[in-house]
Parts: sequence; structure tokens; C-alpha cells
Amino acid sequence: MSNLPPRSLGVGSGGLLLGHEAATSRGAGSPRPGSLMRTRRIKLQIFRGVVFLIMGLFFLVPIGAMFEFSTRGDTMTSPRTLEAWTAIIKVPELTDAISVSLQLAAITSIAMLVLLLPTMVWVRLRIPQLNRILEFICLLPLTVPAIALVVGMVPLYRWIGVNLSDSILTLSFAYLILVLPYTYRTLDAGLAAIDLKTLTEAARSLGAGWGTVMLRVVVPNMSSAILNACLLAVALVLGEFTMANLLNFENLQVAILYIGLVSASTSIAVAVASLVFAFVLLMILSYVGRPKDRVARAEEIPGSLVPSMTGVSVLAELVDQPK
Amino acid sequence: MSEMRDTRAGIEVRLEDLRRSYAGVTALDGLSLTLAPGELVALLGPSGCGKTTAMRLVAGLEEANSGRVMFAGKEVTGLPANKRDVGMVFQAYSLFPHMTAHQNVAFGLSLHKVGPDERKRRAGEMLELVGLSAYANRYAHQLSGGQQQRVALARALAIQPTVLLLDEPLSALDAKVRSRLRDEIRRVQLEVGTTTLFVTHDQEEALAIADRVGVMNKGRLEQLGSPTVIYSRPATPFVAEFVGLTNRLDGVVRDGEVEVRGMRLPLVQPNAANGPATALVRPEAVALAADSENVPGPLIGTVIAVSFLGATSRVTVDLGDTTILAQLPTSEASAHPAGTRVRLAIRKDPVLIAREETAPAEVN
Repeated sequence: MSNLPPRSLGVGSGGLLLGHEAATSRGAGSPRPGSLMRTRRIKLQIFRGVVFLIMGLFFLVPIGAMFEFSTRGDTMTSPRTLEAWTAIIKVPELTDAISVSLQLAAITSIAMLVLLLPTMVWVRLRIPQLNRILEFICLLPLTVPAIALVVGMVPLYRWIGVNLSDSILTLSFAYLILVLPYTYRTLDAGLAAIDLKTLTEAARSLGAGWGTVMLRVVVPNMSSAILNACLLAVALVLGEFTMANLLNFENLQVAILYIGLVSASTSIAVAVASLVFAFVLLMILSYVGRPKDRVARAEEIPGSLVPSMTGVSVLAELVDQPK
Repeated sequence: MSEMRDTRAGIEVRLEDLRRSYAGVTALDGLSLTLAPGELVALLGPSGCGKTTAMRLVAGLEEANSGRVMFAGKEVTGLPANKRDVGMVFQAYSLFPHMTAHQNVAFGLSLHKVGPDERKRRAGEMLELVGLSAYANRYAHQLSGGQQQRVALARALAIQPTVLLLDEPLSALDAKVRSRLRDEIRRVQLEVGTTTLFVTHDQEEALAIADRVGVMNKGRLEQLGSPTVIYSRPATPFVAEFVGLTNRLDGVVRDGEVEVRGMRLPLVQPNAANGPATALVRPEAVALAADSENVPGPLIGTVIAVSFLGATSRVTVDLGDTTILAQLPTSEASAHPAGTRVRLAIRKDPVLIAREETAPAEVN
């Protein structure tokens, strides 16, 4: 091991650097010790590429087929047309449904954060013995099928419709329950990654009230987890069909179904568009959540002890790798 | 800089009969303690003795079951932590990871409604005070452990706290950094003059840094006094054993004296009842002389180890049925290498005795 070049010593510190390093060493073109290690790296690279390709095909083939279908003309011989796509903005029911689904996604995400984050922080700090119970309650919706949930909610929504409001935005109550298990897990991981007790106590001793502690200390230190939780909530709400349909509301997925009865290609175009939207959102959030700024600045300082990658940047690197 | 320090420097802090228990387990059993203005008091004790609980009650991070905390004669017992105006440095690294060192120090100032210019100036001064001006723009993960704790100290002092609380701030650091930072904390504390409570389980640290040391055991203050008094005149067997090394020698108490291996030593507790007891003898009270006569005696033994400590050395002598430690100037100790026979003499200082029922469970 002692005669290995220094670069080879970094194997344990970040597997994702390996591909980059392997490429550099191949570029040098001279035979060097540690060829076994290099072979392993190449094998790993190939394995990674194959997995990525298979997964990519798994997702892209159906989406590509949907796109192909949505651009077909009226007959098999007709030329390609984007009519179905332009119809998205021309059909008022659809634009309304898109707008409503986006509003629902926003309301659900914000309500989830306002309700869940302070509760989780409070339970962790003040009544940690309730942590298990909170976890159980939050994960419970995962075990109840949506259809059973809706059956239970029908009388409730009948009452809400008569006494409060019959707006579709009241669906966010139900969606809040639906997104709880996923967002709880994400936020829980984010909280576990910081020394919550010490940080909040330090802020309190400096004169911060609980609001300041949350907004200026807790939230900035788990921004990745919060963004991921929001992403999950948005994705779930945009893709939700059962509840909206059975409670007689028309959200995006319900609208897609109805439009599909009239124009199959438009409904497919909307489905592709919503998938692409979710993908773009995922990419944006993973880059926004990436603490690139801080890491970059750390690397400018000579002798800095900062590890070159964090969890999020490693994920991003994984996505970048096969390019 | 000096003007802002002087405004808050040195108030009296009084803890009156503080009690706290967790699920039936008593953590603090009636602690009363007064810190004079500008004084640094170290609370010393083993894990679970209640010292950290005491500090958290002063900080307002926990509520006492009973008792009062007074700052400059005003009761603060019911005040939440953010209204108490204390500065605190924690055992765990507590810098906000998303802020630079400068932003960390300025954080408390912004909460105290200090304007941006003044905030910048004061944060800069505080970082200068702890010698980290050059690191102002670094994030916590770009600083070493010692640097992080210095920034935490600057952050705690920046808000001109009425009281400074240091909760084992050095325990996560390596020995060399620890002793350097310990001296630096003392220098800064003397310069700023803030009344300070320092919690530690390291007796050397407590004796080195504090004006007075309070030794705690099982939620109570066993002894409070200057480092010299605590070390040389421990009030209880627990203090004697916790602070510094102690030889435990079996003896018999008779008429206000204890007889140990044929020697009669005066007692710290002259009213102790007659009967068997263990005498606690400091290694510094043991003197050695070469023994050429090959006659066995109660205080004659063989040197089995010599540990070089710098100016002094610690010599371990095997007496046959027990071993005894002697601490001597290195020049003297070098005359008795391992294997030589020596005759021991115990200086006739008053010694403490321990009996089974009073022997502490945990000693250092």
C-alpha cells in the first residue's frame, strides 16, 4: 500500500470520485501499481452505467411512447402534429385543473411544514418519549388504502361542504394526511443529521425566541430535507386521483381521465407534461438543496478540512457520472 | 471594546437551595452557591453529580423543582433562557453550521437589536479577542475543534452577558489544545470580567482555571474553596480522592490520631470514633530514603516503577501487602530506580480517614 500513488489512498473517502480519478489515471497512460484497484473501479463504472441505462430505459421508453402517441395525427398516414399539446392551454377545464392541482400542492406543502416541522422539533426536544407515537401516527396513512380513507372521509367532506366550503381546496386536508408518512420520514432524517438540542439551546441562550430558533437556525440547517419533503408532497398531490375522484372534485388527474374520454392524445400529452414537470422540479430541488456554494468556498481556502462532497452533492454526482 | 465590557462586568450570582429530580432520581439536592462579581467558579465532579444540571438551571434551559436563581439580587428563576442574558459555551460544538464565524458571533447581537455597523464592529472585536480575526469568513466545518470553541466563546461574550456559563467546553479537545485554550479562556474572562461558572469533570482543569472550586457529589456541594484549599485541605474523603491521587492505607483510629503501619498521624476529623479506618495519604506526603539494612519493616519496600512527570516523578513502592505512591522531585527520585529497597516516611500532616460506609462509589 505504501508505494501506491497518493490518489489511490482516497478510495474510502468518496466512491463517486473514483470514476473521475480513474479517468485521470487512464489519461496518464503509464502502467502503475494498484491495477487491481483500477480494474475494480472500471467494473464499478460499467456496472453503474448498465444500471443507469436499464433504469433510464424503464422510465424513458413508456414516456417516449406516450410522447409519440400524443403527436400522432388523426390517421396513421397523417403527419405529426402538436395539436394535442396546444390543446392543453386551450381547454379551460384542463387549465383550471392544472391551476387547482398546483394550488393544492402548494397549500399541502406549506400546511405540512407548518404542522409537522415544529411538532417534530418540539417532540424531539421536550417530550422525546412521544417520538415513537408521533412516528406511528404519521406512518399510519401508509397502511390504510386510499379507498378506505376516502370512505371514511365522505361524511366528513359532506359536512365540510355544507358548513365550511365546497371548494376543491378543502381537499388539502385529506392530502395533508396522505403526504404525512413520506414527509415525516424525510424531515426525520433531516433532524437526525443536526445536533438539534445543542443548536437550539445555543440560539436560546443568545436571546432567540422559538420563532427565531425555527426560522434562523433549524430551517436553514435542514433545507435539503425540507425541500425534499416539499417535493414529495408536490409529486403526491399532482399525481393523486382516487380521493379527488371519489369525493367528486376535479383535479389534474381527474381532468386527464375525462379529457381522455374525448381526446386520448390530449390526455396523454398532459400526462407526459406532468411527468416532465415533476422531473424538472426534482432536478431544480436537488440542485437548490445542494450546498455547493459553501463547499465551493471551502475549497478555495488552502488547507481546509472540508470533505469535498456532501450527501446531496454525491447524489447529484451520481446523476452526472454517465454523461 | 473596553466600554462595552465594563457595562456588564461582574454581577453577583446566587443559587439558593436548588433542587431538581428526573423521574424520581435526584440530580440536584439543595445546591446553594454564591459567585462574587467577576469571579470564576468551577463546579467539579464525576458524571451524574449534578454539575451540568446546576448550570442548565442557571441558564434557564431547565426548570428547578424548587430553589431560586438570583442575578445581582434579582430573581430570574422563572425567566426563559432567551430572557436571562447569559452567554453559554457548550461541550458539543454548537456553532450554527450555515453561518460563518463572523455571522455566528453577530447572531446574538442582531437578536439584541444592535445595528448592522455596530454589530460588525463588535463581532470583529470579539473574534480579535479570541485571536481568530483571520478566520471570520470560515464556516464551522472549516475550523478545528479548538477554533470552534473559541468562536463559541466569542459568540457568548459578544452579547455582553451578565453571566458566562462554560459547560465542559474543553472536553472534546485533545490534551495540548485543551490546556492552551484553558489558559485563553481564563485570560479572556479576566479581561472581560464577567462572572463565570465553569463546569468540568477534569480536576486539573478546575484547579488551574478557577478562583474557587466547588466539588460536587450526588447532587450536593461537598466542598467549596480556593484550588489550594481544595487540594491541600479536602473536607471529605470524596474530595480527597476525587482531587488528586491518594494512597489508601489501612489503619486504626485511637484518641484523635490514626495509626498507620506503626506511624501515628494527626487527623483532619479529630472527633472520629476509635476503630479501624482507611487513612487517605497524598503521594506528596510520602518521602523515601535508601534502605541498606536488609531488615523487613512496615514501611520498607521495593521500588517497582518510576514515572517521570517533568519536575517531579511518581514512584510506586511495593510494601509486600500493598503498594504506595510517592511523588518526589525528579532529582530525588532518580536515586531510587526500580528494584532498589527504600524506607518510607509519611509527613505528619493531618490526614482524612474513610470508613466503608462513607467511602465514595466513584473516585478518580
